[in-house]
Amino acid sequence: MFKKLWVEMLVVAAVTALGGVAQAGVTLDKVKQAGQISCGVPTSITGFAAPDSQGRWSGFDIDICKALSAAIFGAADKVNYVPLSAQQRFTALQSGEVDVLSNNTTDTLQRDTELGLNFAPVVFYDGQGFLVSKKLGVKSAKELNGATICVSPGTTTELNLADYFRSSKMDFKPVVIEKVDELRAAFFSGRCDVLTGDASALNATRLGQAPNPDDYVILPERISKEPLAPVVRHGDDQWDDIVRWTVYALIEAEEKGITSKNVDDKLKSDDPSIKRMLGVTPGMGKALGLDEKWAYNEIKLVGNYGEIFDRNLGKDTELKFERGLNDLWTHGGLMYAMPIR
Amino acid sequence: MATETATAASRPGRAPRWNDPRIRSVVWQILFVGIVVALVAFLVHNTLVNLRRQNIASGFGFLDREAAFGIGESLIAYSPADTYARAFLVGLLNTLYVSALGIVLATVLGTVMGIARLSSNWLIRKLAQVYVETFRNIPLLLQLFFWWAMLRVSAPAPRQAWELLPGVLVSNRGFVYPVPTADPVHHWMLLAVALGIAGAIGVSRRSKRRQVLTGAQFPSGWVGLALIVGLPLLVFLAAGMPLELDWPELKGFNFVGGGAVSPEFAALLIGLTVYTGSFIAEIVRAGILAVSWGQSEAASALGLKSGQRMRLIVLPQALRVIVPPMTSEYLSLTKNSSLAVAIGYPDLVSIAGTTMNQTGQAVEGIAMIMAVYLVISLLISLFMNLYNRSVALVER
Repeated sequence: MFKKLWVEMLVVAAVTALGGVAQAGVTLDKVKQAGQISCGVPTSITGFAAPDSQGRWSGFDIDICKALSAAIFGAADKVNYVPLSAQQRFTALQSGEVDVLSNNTTDTLQRDTELGLNFAPVVFYDGQGFLVSKKLGVKSAKELNGATICVSPGTTTELNLADYFRSSKMDFKPVVIEKVDELRAAFFSGRCDVLTGDASALNATRLGQAPNPDDYVILPERISKEPLAPVVRHGDDQWDDIVRWTVYALIEAEEKGITSKNVDDKLKSDDPSIKRMLGVTPGMGKALGLDEKWAYNEIKLVGNYGEIFDRNLGKDTELKFERGLNDLWTHGGLMYAMPIR
Repeated sequence: MATETATAASRPGRAPRWNDPRIRSVVWQILFVGIVVALVAFLVHNTLVNLRRQNIASGFGFLDREAAFGIGESLIAYSPADTYARAFLVGLLNTLYVSALGIVLATVLGTVMGIARLSSNWLIRKLAQVYVETFRNIPLLLQLFFWWAMLRVSAPAPRQAWELLPGVLVSNRGFVYPVPTADPVHHWMLLAVALGIAGAIGVSRRSKRRQVLTGAQFPSGWVGLALIVGLPLLVFLAAGMPLELDWPELKGFNFVGGGAVSPEFAALLIGLTVYTGSFIAEIVRAGILAVSWGQSEAASALGLKSGQRMRLIVLPQALRVIVPPMTSEYLSLTKNSSLAVAIGYPDLVSIAGTTMNQTGQAVEGIAMIMAVYLVISLLISLFMNLYNRSVALVER
């Protein structure tokens, strides 16, 4: 697509022209000066990121951006949401067009190194699955030999798919379409037998976009690990730290039982770790280069990890995702925050 | 007299060097080239420095690594175990394939429609006009989405495919048809076709020479056609008609065997052909109108039939006007083929895009895309210019 090509060329030109986009401390200064964070989010995944009819964004990924905004500015709405396709997102981050990606991005070695990115802690543990029409009568991914599969380009999904079929000695025909809407349309019109992607996003698609959700089913196999995490670019350690600890604070808050409703009461808590976190005992904010109220603001304005999950994906929504791997480590999940001290 | 001496006195011996227009122009040109080179060097250097600072890999080493992603359709054997370089080649061939077919079909469609726009038949004229005005004025991307949706939505699932002819089926997975399985006789038939073409050219030259010398005409077109079709047919019959067809069969999810045309490819080809054809139709019409009406009248007066008039008198002169703008149409068709990304046909841009994303090496990827399109465009220009020279007016 020529328009896209032009955008990419502009981005390349921007990488070329804007020297020094990635020096320590620069991103925080830039963000403060602009008065807002540029947050790269998915173009549209129900529950993760979607604009409503008035153009207000909501979703799990959006709340991560909001938490960051709350930690830095003490207000949750200082965010400029930049919807990016899977293929555009890394160039946009590398070139400084966005400050952080909260874009359902899988943490991989190659991205961490060759693409010049740093991953914050995982905010959602996912796995790749297959969505099929019940009419096909397929019960397992092992029966997909010869299937035509719709997949989005520039994702780990695309690579896992090829790996899985190669290792199980099966054939498939990929239909690769960048625009998510077109991809879904292709699948629901029967161009592909299978739509593949992160199981959570597939489920959201099934409930949100399928003509009749009950006609479709996600096969039981999870063919990959998809730890989804926010991403920043190499070279600005302070910014990396801020994003990292913003995420940890959300998880730690849930573990300590601090919610958006009771956070003001918790200011009076005697627990020294809570006092440190909420800035009653100063030091943590200064260490990050933020206000001492950073974590308090996050929790007050956005909520803890559990609240964010329930509000966007969990029991309060039609998606009704189980916490599963995304539960706290104390409840048998993988969510584990490093100590804030 | 007095004025003359005054002029002579004020005339300078020689203009100073910096006022010499030739030296000036050379200096300016050197300066300009110098600035351009310096700018490019600065950009390249700056890019490399910035990439290194952000620890983003650079260089073309990634081309040798395993691509690890699948490609839907390919003219050469490809598997995810192949390298990025091969994936790139697959994309390049797909681009060239759809562009070449598109150029041929658009030229045929455009020429027919261009002539039809000048037809004396009201219905034909108006139909051609509606075609041109419709397809020239709708953005190509929308047309591609339209054709793609048509092919996808209106056709049934593979299990309920429409059978047009035995073995020729249409479904939302595309169009499948039986192909002959390879047989050694086919090579001989190819040879026979080549012989037939050579023979046809020979016959046509001879008959032309004879017509110039004696005025006697010879149906060289029909004889040539007979040679081209007849010779391979003779070989085929002589070899005992070894024809085995590879039939497409419904196996599991989709058809296996035979040949196949995917909806993405078909949509792209139809879109490019119909869109560019509408522009070519106007170019052809303009070219024909540029030949003065008196020429046609004179041809009629000499007793030439309308077909002959078009073929022998009007088109050869119209080509001089038609060929140069046609080059631009071919170039834009080739470049427009990159819209394939939108509908999922794995062309060069689509595969380079995936590659860039998997390796993070956008600068290299874009550079390769630009280089490839530049080379393709220059080649098309070159051939069209050569052709233009052969049809251009030779002044004596």
